[in-house]
Amino acid sequence: MVQVGEVKEGDTLLRLEDIHMYFGKVAALAGVSLEVKKGEIHSIIGPNGAGKTVMMNCINGLYRPQKGNISYKGTQVNHLRPHHRAELGISRTFQKIELFGGMTVLDNIRLGRHIHLKSGIVSGSIYIGKTKREELKSRKFIEEEIIDLLEIESIRDKTVHMLPYGLQKRVELGRALALNPELLLLDEPLAGLNLEEVEDMARFILDINEEPRWKVTCILVEHDMGVVMDISHSVFVLNFGNKITDGPPEEVQENPDVIKAYLGEEDLYSTRR
Amino acid sequence: MSGPDIEITKDLTIPKLFSRQCKKYGANKVAMREKEFGIWCPFTWQDYYDNVKYLCLGMISLGLEPGDKVAMIGDNRPEGLWAEMAAMCAGGVGVWLFQDCMMDEVKYIIDHSDAKFFMGETQEEVDKALAIKDECPKLQWIVWDDPKGMRNYHQDFLISIKKVQELGRELEKKEPDLFEKRISDGHGDDICLLFYTSGTTALPKGALLSHWNMLTMGHNLMAVDPCYDTDDFVSYLPFAWIGEQMMSISCGLQVGYTINFPEEPETAQENIREIGPHVMFAPPRLYEGMTRKVQVKYMDSTWIKRNIYEFATKVGYKIANMKFEKKTVSWSWKFLGWIAYIVMQKKLKDHLGMSRLRHAYTGGAAMGPDHFRFFHALGVNLKQIYGQTEIAGISIVHRDGDVKFDTVGTPIPETEVKITDEGEIISKSPSVFLGYYKNDEATRKTLVDGWLYSGDRGFIDEDGHLVVFDRSKDVMTLNDGRPFSPQYLETRLKFSPFIQEAWVIGDKREYIVAVMCVDYAVVGKWADDRKINYTSYMELSQEPAVYNLVQAQIEESNKDLPGPAKIHKFVNLYKVFDADDEELTRTSKLRRAFVENRYKDIVDGLYSDRDVVHMDTTITYEDGREQRIRTDLRIQNINV
Repeated sequence: MVQVGEVKEGDTLLRLEDIHMYFGKVAALAGVSLEVKKGEIHSIIGPNGAGKTVMMNCINGLYRPQKGNISYKGTQVNHLRPHHRAELGISRTFQKIELFGGMTVLDNIRLGRHIHLKSGIVSGSIYIGKTKREELKSRKFIEEEIIDLLEIESIRDKTVHMLPYGLQKRVELGRALALNPELLLLDEPLAGLNLEEVEDMARFILDINEEPRWKVTCILVEHDMGVVMDISHSVFVLNFGNKITDGPPEEVQENPDVIKAYLGEEDLYSTRR
Repeated sequence: MSGPDIEITKDLTIPKLFSRQCKKYGANKVAMREKEFGIWCPFTWQDYYDNVKYLCLGMISLGLEPGDKVAMIGDNRPEGLWAEMAAMCAGGVGVWLFQDCMMDEVKYIIDHSDAKFFMGETQEEVDKALAIKDECPKLQWIVWDDPKGMRNYHQDFLISIKKVQELGRELEKKEPDLFEKRISDGHGDDICLLFYTSGTTALPKGALLSHWNMLTMGHNLMAVDPCYDTDDFVSYLPFAWIGEQMMSISCGLQVGYTINFPEEPETAQENIREIGPHVMFAPPRLYEGMTRKVQVKYMDSTWIKRNIYEFATKVGYKIANMKFEKKTVSWSWKFLGWIAYIVMQKKLKDHLGMSRLRHAYTGGAAMGPDHFRFFHALGVNLKQIYGQTEIAGISIVHRDGDVKFDTVGTPIPETEVKITDEGEIISKSPSVFLGYYKNDEATRKTLVDGWLYSGDRGFIDEDGHLVVFDRSKDVMTLNDGRPFSPQYLETRLKFSPFIQEAWVIGDKREYIVAVMCVDYAVVGKWADDRKINYTSYMELSQEPAVYNLVQAQIEESNKDLPGPAKIHKFVNLYKVFDADDEELTRTSKLRRAFVENRYKDIVDGLYSDRDVVHMDTTITYEDGREQRIRTDLRIQNINV
C-alpha cells in the first residue's frame, strides 16, 4: 500500500495537473489542472457535459486519464485503483444513487467501514478479541458520528429502496462518511431534492467541513448556484473539458467568461430560493 | 413492587419529594432511560439527583433567585426534566414551551413570564431565543445541551448545560449544604410551574400552579389507579402539555416508576414498542392515529389475515359491549375472547406497544365513541380523563369496570364537580390553580369562591358520570332549535381512516356543512392503488374520486343522526389544519373562531348556490416562511 504524508490545513491536499481524458475522439477533459487545499469546500461547476463527473471519476480512480498527473498529499496516485485511493481517505457519493437497495440503511453504512475492518476469519467466527474490538469501535463510530449527524435514527433499520429519494441521498452521504475520509467527492448531492432537503444537505456538508471532529475537505459538483456560492471557498468553472476560471465565489460570479459561457446574461446568483 | 405511600402535606414540595425518593432508591434503581445512539442508556436515581443538584447550583451561581422563571423548550429528554427539577429546587418556577412554537409565541411567553433563563436543546431553540433576546429584557441566560451546530456561537450569555453543571460543582465546594437548604426552604404553597394554556380564542394565559396543586392531583389519581415503582412509562408528549407533567412529575415522582425517553420524536412509536409501558396518557389524536394505522394495515393485508382480524374484532366488540353494559361475560365468550387474543389481539397490541398496558388514558380533547370502542374491543383498558391545566391536570376519570364511552367518568378523591344552572361544569379540589399570571380579570372570571369554571358545557348522568357536551361557546343550535355539539360530529367523522381533520359548521343555520381535511398518507395510498395521479396534497384533495370517497364517509356518519344534524354539503380543504397557521391550538384543538374568520369565503360558499369557492390565502411554514395559495375548491352536495 502506498503511504502518504500528513498535510496541514491550507496546504495542497489534491493536485490535478494537465489532465487529458478522451473517449474516442471526444476530449472530455483537455488539459485541466486543479488544486484543492486541505479544509476547503471546492466546487466544480459547469454546464451539462462539461466534464465535471469525469473529473470526479479521475480523482477517485474510476477513470484513468490518458495524460496528466494526480497527486494526493504530495504522492502521485495515478496508478492506484479506486479501492486503494479509498484507503488513502478519498471517499465519494454518486450523482445517481448507488446504494444497495435491498439492504438496510445500517448495513449500507457499515459497508463503508469495510476498509477499516482488518480482523481475520478465525477471530470473526468466534467474535472475540480483535473482531469484537473492531465491531464495537465501528458501531460507536457509525451511531455517534454518522447516524446522529445525519439525523437518520428513525430509518436505520429500513430497507433502502423503500425510502424517499431525499433520504437515500442522505444514506449515501452516510456511507461515504463511514470511510472516515479526508477528501470527500460529492457529485450533485442536491439534485432532485426539495427545498427543505436541500437546506438540510447543505447544513450537513458544512458540518462535515467545519466540525472539529470531521474537518473533511470537500469537492462539490453541483448545479444549485445559490448553495454553491454560499458554502464554497473556491469555485472551479469547467466548460467542454476546459477550465474557465478558478477562484473565490465572489470573483467567479463577476467573471465575464463565466457569465457568457455558463449562464448567458443571467445573474449567476439566481437561486431557486 | 410498591405503590405510593406518600402523605401529601402543605409542607411537602416537589423538590423535597424528589430528594426523598433519590435517597430512597439511590444507585440501585433506574429513574429514567434515554435511547441514545441506538441503545437504552439508564440513569439511576443517584444520577438524577447529581445532575439536578449541579444544574441547580450552577443556575444559582448564574443568578437564579427564588421566584425567578426558567423557560424550557425542546424534545422530551432527561436534560429537560433535570432543568425543570433544578429550577424548582432553587425555588424557581418552570415555564414550558411547545417545541414547535413559532417565534412570536416564544416571544410572548418569554416576555410575559419574565423568564430569566432559557433552557433550549439544540441550535434551533437557541436561534429562537437569540431572535427574541433583545425584545425580552428580563432574559439573561440562554442554555443549550446539544453541541451540534453550536461551533459558531460565541455570545456571552450563551452557555452549555455541562458548563452550568461545572459552575454548580464549583459552588458546591464552597457551599456544600446550599442545595439541600434551598430545597428545605420551599413550601407547598409556593408556585412551581407557570403553565401557558393553549387558548382556543385568545392569547395564551399563564396558569400558576403550586407544589400542593401538583402533588395532590397526582396523589388522588394514584389513589384511583395505583402504579408501582416497577412500572415503565414512556415520556414522549410535550412537557408543555399538563398531561405529560402529571405523569412525569406529579405521579412519576410519587410512585418512582421509570420514565423512558425515546431517541427522537420520529422513533417514539418504535421505542414505545420496545419498552412496553404499563401506563399511557395521550390526547385523542394519538389514539386516532393508531386506529387509522391499524385500519390501513388491515386494508393492505392478505385475505386470510383480514378474515382473522374481522373474526377477532367481532368477538372483541361483542365482549366489550357486554362489559360496557355491565353484563357478565359467559364462559363460551371468554373462550372465544381467548382465541381472538391468541390469533390477533396479542400481536396487534405488541405492535402498538400496548402489551403490558394496565391503564391507558385519553384526555385533553374529545374522543369519538367509535375510537373508544375500538380499543376496548382490542382488550385495551382505555379510560377517559377530564381536566384542565387550571386543575393541575385532571379531576375526573373512568373507574375500572365502570367505563362508559360517552362519559368522562367520575371525580377523583377530594374533588367536587357540579353543573351550574347554565349547564357549565365547575369543580373544586386542592389542585385548583392559584390564578393567571398578570391577568386578574381572567382569574376573577375563572375562579369564583374556590370553584373553577371550566367553560365546558355538560351534565351528570344517572350513574354519576360526567358527560361533557362541548365548549359552551362552541355548542351549536340546529335549525329545529335543539343544541348540538359540533365536536361530536367531528369525532365521528374522524373515525374514518381517510379523514384527518373535520370542521362542522351550522350554528343557527339552515343546514349543517363540513370542511374536511383528508389524511395525506392514507388517501395518497388509496389514490396510488387506483392509479390516480397527484403531485401535492392540494391536488389530491381536489380529485373527484377523493371527493366521492369523503362523501361516502360522511354518508356513513350521517346514517344514524337526526335529520337536522346531518351534513348537507362539504368541501375538501387544500391543506390540513395546522397549529403553525393558528388553526389549531398546540394541543390540536380546532380554534373555531379563527378558522371561521380565515375561511369565511368557504363558509359563505357552502351556504350559497355556488359549486366552487375561490381561495386566495397564505400559509406559514415551520421556519416562518409564507407561501401564497390561490386555488378553487369544489363544493359537493350530499343526498340526505
